[in-house]
Formats: sequence, C-alpha cells, structure tokens
Amino acid sequence: MIDEHSFYGPLPDPAADAGHSDHPPRVGFFTDTSVCIGCKACEVACKEWNNVPEDGLNLLGMSFDNTGMLGANSWRHVAFIEQDRRLGVQDAGLAGLPTGPPASDQDAAVVAEALRHTQRGGGQLGTSPADLPFPSLPVADGDGPPGSRDGLRWLMASDVCKHCTHAGCLDVCPTGALFRTEFGTVVVQQDICNGCGYCVSACPYGVIDRRPHDGRAAKCTLCYDRLRGGLEPACAKACPTQSIQFGPLDELRERASDRLADLHADGVPEARLYGEDPDDGVGGDGAFFLLLDEPEAYGLPPDPVVPTRNLAASWKAAGIAAAALAAAAVSAFAGRPGRGRR
Amino acid sequence: MKTREELAVPRAEFRSYYGRPVLKPPVWEWKIPAYLFTGGLAAGSALLAAGADLTGRPALRRAGRLGSLGGLAVSMVLLVADLGRPERFHHMLRVAKPTSPMSIGTWILVAFSPGSALAAAGELLPGRWFPRTRWTGRLLTLAARPAGLSAAAVAPGVAAYTAALLSQTAVPAWNEARYELPFVFTGSAAASGAGLGLLAAPVAEAGPARRLAAVGAAGELAASALIDRKPALPARAYTTGRAHRMRRWSEGLTAGGAILAVTAARRSRPAAAVAGLALLGGSALQRFGVFEAGVASTRDPKYVVVPQRERLAARPLAGGTNGTGHPDPESPGLASPA
Repeated sequence: MIDEHSFYGPLPDPAADAGHSDHPPRVGFFTDTSVCIGCKACEVACKEWNNVPEDGLNLLGMSFDNTGMLGANSWRHVAFIEQDRRLGVQDAGLAGLPTGPPASDQDAAVVAEALRHTQRGGGQLGTSPADLPFPSLPVADGDGPPGSRDGLRWLMASDVCKHCTHAGCLDVCPTGALFRTEFGTVVVQQDICNGCGYCVSACPYGVIDRRPHDGRAAKCTLCYDRLRGGLEPACAKACPTQSIQFGPLDELRERASDRLADLHADGVPEARLYGEDPDDGVGGDGAFFLLLDEPEAYGLPPDPVVPTRNLAASWKAAGIAAAALAAAAVSAFAGRPGRGRR
Repeated sequence: MKTREELAVPRAEFRSYYGRPVLKPPVWEWKIPAYLFTGGLAAGSALLAAGADLTGRPALRRAGRLGSLGGLAVSMVLLVADLGRPERFHHMLRVAKPTSPMSIGTWILVAFSPGSALAAAGELLPGRWFPRTRWTGRLLTLAARPAGLSAAAVAPGVAAYTAALLSQTAVPAWNEARYELPFVFTGSAAASGAGLGLLAAPVAEAGPARRLAAVGAAGELAASALIDRKPALPARAYTTGRAHRMRRWSEGLTAGGAILAVTAARRSRPAAAVAGLALLGGSALQRFGVFEAGVASTRDPKYVVVPQRERLAARPLAGGTNGTGHPDPESPGLASPA
C-alpha cells in the first residue's frame, strides 16, 4: 500500500508498507557507544557467521581502527577516536604528569592526507584494501608542565547498516534484489543482484558497497537467517558489554531514552541519540546509536536524508526538460520547406 | 591548554573521522559518463531523423537513424559491461519501479530500442539483401517511418531520465543539481544529435540540425551556468578541479560549435563538420564533467558534513546540541564556533 509517508517522513510499520500482512514486530539495534570497549568481537562474529570475505589487512593509523569504514566486506565497524577531553567526571590520571599538547589532531591530518591519495579516497575501506604508506605519526611531546592537560578520552563506537525506515538503497534498486523483510529490515538477495551499483550511491550513510571480484552489492542483513531461526544477530550475541542491544525497535527506543537520561544525570551532557527520531530524514533508523560526540566525529552524516524525498521533484524536472527537448526538435523543423532550401 | 584553532589543520573547518569520506564514492567508472553521452546522442539523433523523414531530407534522416542505432548499441554495451554481473543484465526486467530511475530508464530504453533499430534497418538493409522490388524490402521501407516516429516519441525520455538517475542519489553534487541537470542533459543530447547531423548531412539539408544545435547548446549552457552559480557548497564540486576543467572545455566547444553552426556552417560543409565535431566533443565533456563533480563530492567529506550541519543549525533546538536542547559546551561544531 502506498502511504502518504511511503517515501519520506514517519512510517510506523515499514514491513506492512512493503506488503507483509502478518508479520513480527520491527526489530533493530540500539548501539550504546558509551559502554563500547572496542574489542571488535562484533566485527569478528559478523564475519564468521555471515562468511564475509577479507577486506584487506590495513594499518591505517586511525587509533586502534584498522577496518576504517563499513563496506561490502565489513558489516560492523568499530571506530576509535582519541580526544583531549574528559568523559563525565572520570579522572584521566594525567594530574602531576608532564603533558604537552595532544597529537591526535596532527595524527588525523596525516591519515587524512594519505587517504586522499588512495583510489577511492578512503571510501574503499571496509570493501578492499587501502594501500597507505606506513603511517609516520607525530608523537605528543611529554615535556609540558604538569597539569597543563587533564582531559583524555577514547571513544569507541560499533557502526552498522542503519536499516532505514526509508532506505535509499532499496528504493533505487532496479532488480528488486534489495527488499524489506517481515522484520522491517533491509536485505540484498544475492541471487538477484546484478551489481548495477545504484544502491552504493543512494545510501546517505555510505554503508552498502559492491564487492570488487564478486560484482554484487553486500551489506548487513541484520542476520536475517538467525532472525528466522529465532536467534539474535551474531554481533549482538558476541558483544560482551551489551553495547550492541538487539530487540523490538519500540522497546529499544524506550531503553535508549532511559539510558540517555541516566547519562545526562551522571554529568555526561554530550551524550545524544542518533537515528532514533522517526521525524528525521530517513524516517528513523532501525539501527540507532547513543553517541558521545557529534555524528561527523564518528564518520556519520549529521543530517542524512533519503534521496527518495526528492523523487517527485526529480521526475517533474526531467519531464519538463524532456518536453522542452521535444518542443525544440519540432520547432527546428517547423515552418521550413525541405528539399532544395539553402 | 592550546585551543583547537591553534592545532587545527587547514581542512578542519568541519569535523570528520580522520578525513575519511562519509559516503561511498560511486562504483561506476568511465562507462557511465560515456553512456550518458551515447544515450543522449541516440536520443537527439532519433529526433532529427524523424523530423528529416517527415520533411523529406534523406541524408539527414539517414545520419540520424544510423546515429541513433549506433549510439544505442554502444550504450547497451557500456551499460551491461558496467554491471558487476553482466550476465545478469536481464534481472533489470524483473520489476518496474517508479522509485528507481534506473528501472524506469530500463523500460524507456526497452521502448526506444525497437523503433530505433527498425528505422536504421529500413535505412541500411534495402538494397543488396532486401531489394526494394521484393516484399521484404518494401515492408522494411514502409515500417521505417512509424518505427522512427516511435523512437522519436520516446527519445526525450531517453535524454532526460539519466538526469533523474544521477540526482536521485545521496551524491551531494548530483542531488543538489536536481532541477538543472535534466536541462543540461536534454540540451546536451540535442546539441550532440545536431552535431552528428551537421557532420554527416549536406548543408542544404542540415538547416534543422543547425537550429537544434543552437537551441540545445543555449539550453545546456544556461542550465550549466545556473548550477555553477548555486550558492550551496555541493555546487562547488562543479567549479573546482577536474570537473571544472572538463566543463570549461565543454562550454567552449559547445558555444563555439553552436555559433559556427548558425554562421559559417550555413554555407560551408567543412565549417559544418568542424561545428559538428565541436558540439559532439562539448556534449561528451559535459557528461564526464558532471560525473566527475559527483565523484569529487563524495570523496571529500566536507560536501556532506558542512551542508548538513548548516541545515541542522538553521533548525531550532538542533545543531550543536545533544538532541535534548542542551548545548554541548565543548562542541566545536559549526553551530557554535569556538
């Protein structure tokens, strides 16, 4: 059924919108990055269960992150961000130590410059290796006066396909390979995909990608096979700190708002939810996050919008332009005699 | 404590994850912009051929029909070859999805192809194998006109849908130009089709090609200039780097070709040929330039982060906050310049 919000805006039941009549509740992930310890068990469990191929053994210089990005061959990606700032009331243990300025910003600049010169500018990470020169990173000089710096925090966050309410990848797929499951998730049918690559450019999060040698698009399935067997996804099962929580989306949203209130009460005002709002540009994510900094610091778009929002405008402009071309062609011939005219 | 500004690298007017792109750059290679050109050429040629057929211009008709089928054939090869699994090209025919311009485009091409092919066959085949005195030859010649007209009816769709295909993505430069790109592409298609007509038809028959060249080039250049003048950041991808260089060359060739088409090409066949080549080159470079701008806008995270940050800042109780209306005191985001 086509709803007023079938393409954009809040949509309470995407599975029903896709034609599933009797279906289980919509499920998803709530990834609470405030308790992520960066163990990467989610990355490993996902690769093992889903038989996801290797994406290159990189040494990226992105703190402890050598995966770099989600991609065709990385369906979970743990980001690591080093910052000279306190986490809540935590004592970073720097008091009395000789500390100079942090080097993390210079480190990031070195990595950024190296990435810029790779084939896809770093966008290949998670899919294929990035051939970076061995990073030569500046090291903070520890010769500053004691007490010159007291902040230090290490953010870790496990990223995953957002399973959007309005999924750009699904909307543009010309073969029907991408489909909405009865759980409200978005999955690629590998036996249908012909590798046209449209979904890659339609994803506002840069998640889905094409496997270079296989030729087909691939991304997180939210462990569709496990869901059908009544199991939780491999990453959530493997997470030792419950940073990755799986469940019905309504329940996860409640849990997340409780957790956010707790963190704010505990003196972590920078905690925020990302992707939980059904009024956002993608109608809310099936996989949403609690972040401790702005989304872009984690490599996430701050205000993603599904391209399908502009569908009508795009077609209307194309229609007018097509009519203009037809009119131009007719007028080029109109009112002039044919043969023999100079 | 040193402030962030003192430590900041030059590219730090926005924040990112180690400068890494937010989006995946398109997996499409040169074959897609090449198709944008050949598809446009097929469309423009089909229109010219139909007009020439109806107004009795056999040489222009022949050039248009053959150009249309040639452009279409090359397009098909390019499109199938660009697939990750070329042997599955027919999976495009499983569904018809209005939300997917590629799906709609597939069906537009399905509607365009038989007419274009039959019209060209009517041009090529009668003669040696299908003599006009036999019924096969007569049937082909008879069918060529309705076939060519059916291709011409679909041709504007062939020329325009590719703009919707590009703008219906998260690629900032393409998405930003969703109102202008269709006019750039249809203008470019008209200019290239007319260019082929100028190149292949005698001066006496090429009058409509000269007029279509002028109108198409004017439309393309005007729409292209509108993109360049857009204040939004993603439009900068069109006015910098390789995309900029290609599009400047394109503009020069297109403008020069069009001016030549309505002046010297009215009398001189060599001038008409030069004008035709310039128009074809300008059209091709325009497609490659637009494609390159899109790729560049995905490789640099600023094209994603800065406009979205500005959008959030313009919204009450959003940008630079933690989602609850409380500003994050240490946030160095654009909403709260430190």
